[in-house]
Amino acid sequence: MNNYSSILPLKLENVDYSAGGKKLIKDMSCQFEAGRKYVVIGPNGAGKTLLLRLSHGLIKPDTGKVNWGGPKGKNPKSAQAMVSQRSVMLRRSAYDNIDYALSVRGVKRSLRPDLINTVIDRTGLRRVAHKYAPVLSLGEQQRLAIARAWVLKPEVLFLDEPTASLDPPATHSIEELIGEISAEGTTVIMTCHDLGQAKRLATDVLFMFRGRLKEMAPAEQFFSKPNNDLAQAFIEGHLIWWKRRPDPDDAQILEN
Amino acid sequence: MDDLWQAFFKAISLVVTLDEQLLEIVWLSLRLSLTAVGIALVIGLPLGAVLALTRFPGRRILNVIINVFMGLPPVVVGLFVYLLLSRSGPFGVLGLLFTPTAMILAQVILVVPIVTAISRQVLEELYSEYDELLRSLDASWFRRITALVWDAKFSLTTAGLAGFGRAISEVGAVMIVGGNIDHLTRVMTTAIALEARKGDLTMALSLGIVLMTVALGVNLVAYTITESAKKRHTR
Repeated sequence: MNNYSSILPLKLENVDYSAGGKKLIKDMSCQFEAGRKYVVIGPNGAGKTLLLRLSHGLIKPDTGKVNWGGPKGKNPKSAQAMVSQRSVMLRRSAYDNIDYALSVRGVKRSLRPDLINTVIDRTGLRRVAHKYAPVLSLGEQQRLAIARAWVLKPEVLFLDEPTASLDPPATHSIEELIGEISAEGTTVIMTCHDLGQAKRLATDVLFMFRGRLKEMAPAEQFFSKPNNDLAQAFIEGHLIWWKRRPDPDDAQILEN
Repeated sequence: MDDLWQAFFKAISLVVTLDEQLLEIVWLSLRLSLTAVGIALVIGLPLGAVLALTRFPGRRILNVIINVFMGLPPVVVGLFVYLLLSRSGPFGVLGLLFTPTAMILAQVILVVPIVTAISRQVLEELYSEYDELLRSLDASWFRRITALVWDAKFSLTTAGLAGFGRAISEVGAVMIVGGNIDHLTRVMTTAIALEARKGDLTMALSLGIVLMTVALGVNLVAYTITESAKKRHTR
């Protein structure tokens, strides 16, 4: 549906973002390339979700730039999709939820049933396809949200903690789906809390702490020998925290 | 108490004998009110949607004005429409005064603020839920509004029913612009007012009972249709 790899790379340049008088993203610069699986990790409040929302264009940075590649004039939004932590379910059937996404993107009515049925089968939603989406289980809702995004064949898929509050079987099925989506060429940029999941899925890892990107490295390198001491502490399972001081410097971080 | 019983039996006898005059009045009342509600929905729903979805200067004041208009005294609306449609008024040439059309116009003015305010409230709540998804999908305004109205359809029937309640029970405005002319602009409420003034309280009361039954019937039908559709929809 979309011309593959036309909107990537995605470059963030010195992005700052604040809300409620607090700086939540600080001087963030990074680049996302096509065909990879990026997993953003870090403790709560590190700014992982904000990074996704900024990249996806749901919020605008105060300073700095979010630049999508590709030809000028092409709307990068049309080649992206996002699945939130608690996805919004339209008050209609699972099938119609997917249909709506396609209709918004201007896919002809006659072409939709095939696309919808394919994605329904691939996400294992056949049994609940004609059920009212808001009453589905959390796991089913999450799979539906992914189906609704996947059917658009996005070049880039943002996933915000897609398995938060799911049990292991549901988590497993979502991870499998993410693998399939990536294998079809979609670049995945996701956040998660679960280091095991990051190890299983990531080709690249971003470690964030207090609104700053502390490290971005290929997964293997990151997990074997992270450069950043906070990242090291985080993957070793230490609890890291900070004292509230005016200068948010790493030296103030205490390790457990 | 005797009056009440008499009125009750009279109401039943009027209905059972299919009193021709009664049927004519009931039919006109229903026709006018349903038409007015239909027109008010066409105006009020999009207006409510725009107020719910967009931010522009003066939006708050507009919201306040619409809330105030929900409590517009019907007599004042009647007077306003009368002045517009009277022979010396700006629309006098249309010759609409003392016709059902004038009555519909007055009822539309009364019902639009109710439909607008309720639909704004309903759509605003749903929009805060849908906002992120709709922005993520980069949905156009048209797509956003149609999705919201479609998904809020069951809640929005309340707007229609509240408007219908206002229209069918209204007497001041339709009396002024309709003139309560027999066989032409006499509706249930104006007929009740007339019978009461003539001193025929039994007739007035029985018409009141029929009016309440009709209003109840319309609400019941709407409720049943909505509920069964909702059940099928949310399965």
